[in-house]
Amino acid sequence: MASTAVTPTRMVLNQLKGRLRTARRGHKLLKDKRDELMRQFMDVVKLNKQLRIRVEEGLTGAFASLQVASAIMSPEMLEQALLYPRQSVELGLKYRNIMSVNVPEYSFHTKNNDPSEIYPYGFAQTSGELDDALDKLARVFQDMLELAQVEKTMQLLAEEIEKTRRRVNALEYVMIPELEGNIKYISMKLEENENSTKVRLLKVKEMVLQDAHDYK
Amino acid sequence: MLKIAVIGGRETVMGFKALGLETFPAADAGEASRVLRSLTRDSGDYAIIYIEENLAAQLSSEIDKFKDSPTPAIILIPGREGSLGLGQTALKAAVERAVGTNILGD
Repeated sequence: MASTAVTPTRMVLNQLKGRLRTARRGHKLLKDKRDELMRQFMDVVKLNKQLRIRVEEGLTGAFASLQVASAIMSPEMLEQALLYPRQSVELGLKYRNIMSVNVPEYSFHTKNNDPSEIYPYGFAQTSGELDDALDKLARVFQDMLELAQVEKTMQLLAEEIEKTRRRVNALEYVMIPELEGNIKYISMKLEENENSTKVRLLKVKEMVLQDAHDYK
Repeated sequence: MLKIAVIGGRETVMGFKALGLETFPAADAGEASRVLRSLTRDSGDYAIIYIEENLAAQLSSEIDKFKDSPTPAIILIPGREGSLGLGQTALKAAVERAVGTNILGD
């Protein structure tokens, strides 16, 4: 119902009708946006789930290998071997637009493209397990990078969906019913006014006629 | 050019150093939180921050602050002791936030 004070005039009625039309169109658009976001989101979630499992498994394996390496080698030796990295990673960041949500897209370049170049040490004094561990780590890193991208995308999409859903609901359950209520209130009020004017005119006409007859 | 940081226990980050990532060893959550803050203060430098789960568990409020900003992406990785399942929890939280309920069914 008319919770806010609306003046029952024809001008306000027209204004309200315009607002209702806009609200309805906005609601429809936002609902479409929400549905599309949701569809994208579910894809991202699925991908994220797979990647997470893969990364966790890969890392656990790599750490296990590293553990073995550190058991074989002395801690100082291990530290020394890994002290100065030969490889360096540069990360490029671009943004992709999914339904007006800017999500990051990473691209990375390693300085050395040769995969055998990841070992920052000579092979003479280190154990083969360390090579193995680094190799596994390097491989899982690809997935880790993708995971970062997917996970961030998921978080940003989740935020946007939450916002959109709230807007859709606000329009659907608050704005539109309120506008409809106000419009109904005004049109009823106008009709009432019209009726009372009509009745008054009839009454006046009757009185005028009465007067005219009495004079006669 | 942007950089990638790894925060975690000494042994955890050691391997990543060889890959060319920037590593920040942190013994406990307090240290990790200090490192995280200094990395995010002049934001934009680090696009991805990997942080070990057992440290992240105590920093969730600080990590949540970056959930809605495009950078940096803070990603949990399992430590040496294996996965704690916190990464999966974050995933479920995001689904719950978007859908309103957990529809993954686990």
